[in-house]
Amino acid sequence: MTQQVLNATVAPLPPGETLTPAAQPRSKLPLASLMLTPSVAVLFLWMLVPLLMTLYFSAIRYNLLNPDQTGFVGIDNYRYLLEDPAFWPAVGHTLTLIGSVLGISVVGGLLLGVLFDQPFAGRGIARLLVIAPFFVMPTVSALIWKNMILHPVYGLWANIFRAIGLQPIDWLAQYPMWSVIVIVSWQWLPFAFLILLTALQSLDQEQKEAAQLDGAGPIRIFVYITLPHLSRAIAVVVMIETIFLLSIFAEIFTSTAGGPGTETTTLTWLIYSIGLQQFDIGIASAGGVIAVVLANVVSFFLVRMLSKNLKGEYEK
Amino acid sequence: MNEKAPWWVGILGWGTAFVIFLPILIIAITAFKTEQDAYSLSLLFKPTLQSFNEVFERSHYLGFVSNSVYVSLGSTIASLALAVPAAYSLAFFPGKRAQKILLWMLSTKMMPAVGVLIPIYLLAKTTLLLDSITGLIIIYTLINLPIAVWMAFTYFNEVPKEILEAARIDGANAWQEMLHLLLPTALPGLASTALLLVIFSWNEAFWSLNLSSVNAAPLTVFIASYSNPEGLFWAKLSAASLLAIAPILVLGWLAQKQLVRGMTFGAVK
Amino acid sequence: MNKTLTTAIAAAFVGLAGVASAATVTIATINNPDMIELQKLSKTFEQANPDIQLRWVTLEENVLRQRVTTDIATGSGQFDLMTIGAYEAPIWAAKNWLTPLDMPANYDVNDVIKTVRDGLSLKGKLYAVPFYAESSMTYYRKDLFDAKGLKMPEQPTWTDIQGFAEKLTDKAAGVYGICLRGQAGWGENMALVGTMVNTYGGRWFDQSWKPTIDTPEWKKAVTTYVDILGKYGPPGASANGFNENLVLFGSGKCAMWVDATVAAGMLYNGKESKVADKVAFAAAPQGTSPKGAHWLWMWSLAVPKSSKNQAAAQKFAAWATSKEYIALVAKDKGWASVPSGTRESTYANPEYQKAAPFASFVLSAINTANPTDATVQKVPYIGVQFATIPEFQSIGTVVGQNVAGALTGKLTIDQALKNSQASTERAMKQAGYLK
Repeated sequence: MTQQVLNATVAPLPPGETLTPAAQPRSKLPLASLMLTPSVAVLFLWMLVPLLMTLYFSAIRYNLLNPDQTGFVGIDNYRYLLEDPAFWPAVGHTLTLIGSVLGISVVGGLLLGVLFDQPFAGRGIARLLVIAPFFVMPTVSALIWKNMILHPVYGLWANIFRAIGLQPIDWLAQYPMWSVIVIVSWQWLPFAFLILLTALQSLDQEQKEAAQLDGAGPIRIFVYITLPHLSRAIAVVVMIETIFLLSIFAEIFTSTAGGPGTETTTLTWLIYSIGLQQFDIGIASAGGVIAVVLANVVSFFLVRMLSKNLKGEYEK
Repeated sequence: MNEKAPWWVGILGWGTAFVIFLPILIIAITAFKTEQDAYSLSLLFKPTLQSFNEVFERSHYLGFVSNSVYVSLGSTIASLALAVPAAYSLAFFPGKRAQKILLWMLSTKMMPAVGVLIPIYLLAKTTLLLDSITGLIIIYTLINLPIAVWMAFTYFNEVPKEILEAARIDGANAWQEMLHLLLPTALPGLASTALLLVIFSWNEAFWSLNLSSVNAAPLTVFIASYSNPEGLFWAKLSAASLLAIAPILVLGWLAQKQLVRGMTFGAVK
Repeated sequence: MNKTLTTAIAAAFVGLAGVASAATVTIATINNPDMIELQKLSKTFEQANPDIQLRWVTLEENVLRQRVTTDIATGSGQFDLMTIGAYEAPIWAAKNWLTPLDMPANYDVNDVIKTVRDGLSLKGKLYAVPFYAESSMTYYRKDLFDAKGLKMPEQPTWTDIQGFAEKLTDKAAGVYGICLRGQAGWGENMALVGTMVNTYGGRWFDQSWKPTIDTPEWKKAVTTYVDILGKYGPPGASANGFNENLVLFGSGKCAMWVDATVAAGMLYNGKESKVADKVAFAAAPQGTSPKGAHWLWMWSLAVPKSSKNQAAAQKFAAWATSKEYIALVAKDKGWASVPSGTRESTYANPEYQKAAPFASFVLSAINTANPTDATVQKVPYIGVQFATIPEFQSIGTVVGQNVAGALTGKLTIDQALKNSQASTERAMKQAGYLK
C-alpha cells in the first residue's frame, strides 16, 4: 500500500516531465546524496541500533526483576511467546482494531466530507468543532471517554439510558473492543475528514456538471467520478492511520488496560504488558521482533489489496 | 454549488459537529464545577475556579507547558532541518532508489515503541540523556522524520519543474535553487508540516512518560498524575485535561486553514 | 506551623546529615490523597532544611511502578526516594538495590508496628520506612442492615456476605449489595481473591513450587467471588479498583465493601463521604479457615542504591514517616485522616482513638496479618495476598486478567482457572522453579 501512495505522490509528473538524472548535470549528484545522507543515516541508526539490541535481548534471558538470571536461550523467548494463549488473539485484536478504525474513519470521513462540502451557514466554525478531537492527547481522550461518556453509573450514556428507562450498559466490560474502537475512531475520524474534504473540494466541478448534463444521478456521479477522484486521498488516509494504529497504546492503557480478560489485548499491549508490567525484557523483545515482521506483512497485503482497487487511477 | 444548502443540511452539519465535539465540551464544562457537582450532567451550577486552583497548587503547570513547548518546537525544527534537504534530494534527483528510500523511512515508524523501550532506555541512561529535553527532542525528531520527509517531498513535487530547469540553465546551483525558488514555493506546505509535527510531539505519551521525570517532563506526564486518583476527581481531572489540551487545540484551530491545505500528503491533485 | 517543633525536627536531623550541602531529592510517588497531603506539607520540611530541595514526580500507581522498577533495575538513579509496596521491599532489598536505613534514635523505630517493620526488613535490616500500612476489612451500611433487620456478625463468613448481599441489593434505588475490586491486576482484584483463596484453604504454590490454581479450593474461592460480585455488584465492577469503590461506597451506592483499612479514615470523614454516620465495620470475611483472610500491605519510602543524595533522601524519608509528621497531618486535616497503620503511638493516642472508632480494630487486623503463616497448607513463599518472588507480579497479573474475564462472563470459571494454571506453570518453568 505504501508503494501505491508513493506512486500517487510521484505520479502527478507524467513521464516526460520527470527530471531524470540524465537531464541534470552529473556534478550535482554528490550534493544531492549529501543532502539525503543525514536523514537516511540517523533513521538507519534509529532502526538498526534498537533492532539489533532487541534481537540480542530476544535471545537471552533478561527479566528486570531478576537480572541475575542471564544467558543465551536461543529461540526460547519466541517459543514462549508464540505458545502464549493470548498471542494469536492479540494479533487478531490488532487487526480488528486497525480494520474497524480505518473503516469507520474512511466511511465516516467521506460522509462528513460530503456534508461539509455543502455551503451551510456557519460551516467554518462547525468544521473547527469536528477537527478538534485530532488535537486532543490520546491519554486525555481515553480518560474523557472512560469516565464521562462510557461510565456505567455516571457517564453520559448511562444517563441517557436511564432517562429513557433502559438499564445502562457497561460498555467497557460488555463491549470492550467496540469501546476502544470508538475512542480511537473519534480521534482519527477528523484526520480522515480533513484530507477527504480537501480532496472533495478540489474535485473538478465541470466534470460533474458534464456528467449531470449526460443524465447521471448524484449516486452515479459519486461512484464514477467522486470516488475515483478520492482514491488517492483514501490511500493516504489508510496508510498514515495504519502506521499510527499499529502502535496504538495510550488509549488502551487508559481505558481497558487490555481487559477484561484479554479482550482488548493487542500485540502492542501484549508486548507492553510482558515487558513493562511483568518486566520480562527477553520475551517482550521477541514480541518486538515479531511485531516488526507482522507490521511488514500487514503493509504488504494492504499494498496488494489497494493496488487492485486503485489500478485504474494510476494507469494513466 | 454557489447557492445555499437546504436548511436541513445545516442542521445535520451542526448536529454532527456538536456530537463529535461533545466530549471536549463536557470536560470544558466539568472543569468549572465543584467535585460534588461534577458527577451530574446538569448545566445548572455555579462556575468555580476551585479545580484549577487545586491543580495549580499541586503541579507546576507552567513547567510542564514550557517543557512541552521546548520539546515540540525543538524536535520539529530538527526534523525539518533534516527532512527538507532529504526531500529536496529525493524529489529532484529521484534515481532508482528514491521510492524505496521513502518506503523504508516510513517503515521505520512501524517499529512498536513498547518493544524497544528498554534498549532505548539503556542507551539514554548511558548517554546521560534520561530526563533531558535533548533526549526527548532526539527521540521525537527520529519518530517524526519519516513523516516530515514525505510531506516535504510532496510539496517539492508540486513545484513546476520548468522553473527549475530555467534556473539551472541560468547557472543557479542547488543551494540557490533551494533557497530562492523552492522554499518560497513550498513554504506554506512546510508550515503545515511543522504544525502537524508539533501536534504529534505534543501529544506523544509513551516516550515522554518513560524517559522523563522532572527536568524534561511535558504535559503528558502532568496528566498521568491526575488519572485515577482516590476519591472524587472528575472536576480536577477535567481542569487538568483542559489545561493539557488547550494550548495545542487553540494553535490547531488558529492554524487549521494552513493545516487543511498542507495535510494532504500529495493526495489531492 | 509550630516553630519550636520545626526547630526540634531540624535540630534532630542536623546530627544525622552531617555537614549540610545543597541537595536535591527527587521523590517518585503515587497520586493518592495521603501522598498529595505529604507533598503539600513538605514545605514545612523544606523550610526547616533550606539545604534540601524536594522535587516530586507524582504518577498513578501503574505508571509509578513501571517507572521506579525500570529505574532501579537499570541503576539509572533518576529517583532518590521511591514509593514502593510490601511486595517490592524485600525482593529489592535481596537484590541489593536498596540502601539499608539507619534511623536516628528519636525516630523510635520500635514504635513502628512489628508486622509492618518485619515486612520491610531483610535479615534484621530495615530497607524501607512505612508511610501508611493497611489490612483489609468489611465495611457495611448500618442503616441498610437495620432497615432489613439484618445483623452483621463481628466475624462474617463469605456465605453470610452472600446472603446479605442478596437481601440488600436494590438496583431500582441504585444500591448494590456489595462492592469488591474487579479491576484486573495482582494488586487489585488478586489482592482480594488472594485472601479468599487463603481462607478457603488454597494456596498459590505447593512446597515444590508447583502452581495449584486448578484445585477445588481455588474454584470455591473464585466461584464465590464471581457469584457475589457478578450478581450483587455494581455495573462496571470489572473496572473498579480501590478508588472507584471508595467513590461508590462513599456516595452510598454499596451496602457492603471488603477492602483496605485505610478507607476507614476517608469513609468516616464527613467532608469526603456521604455515609460517614452510617458506616460500620467488621472483620474481613472468612471461608473455611481463618488463615490469611485479611491482607497486609504498606506503601513505604525507600532509598535506591543508585541515588546520589542518600543522606538527604533518608532525612526526608525519616521526616515523612515520623511521629511529628503524623501530628502535623492531624493539625492540618484532623486525627481521623492521619496516615494509619504505621505506628503504635498513633493508636495509643486518645485523640486518634476518639476520632477514629475503628482504630483498635485496624491495629489488631494489621497485627494479625501474618505473611509467614497465611495458608492452611504449607507454602514455600512469604506473603498473604501475594508471593514474594520476582515472578509473582507477572503471574498475578495474568491470573487477575483471567479472573476478570470470568467476572464479565467472557470466560467460564473453569476456563479461567485452567488458563491461569497453564500460564503460571509456564512462567514457573521458564523461571527455573519447575523442571
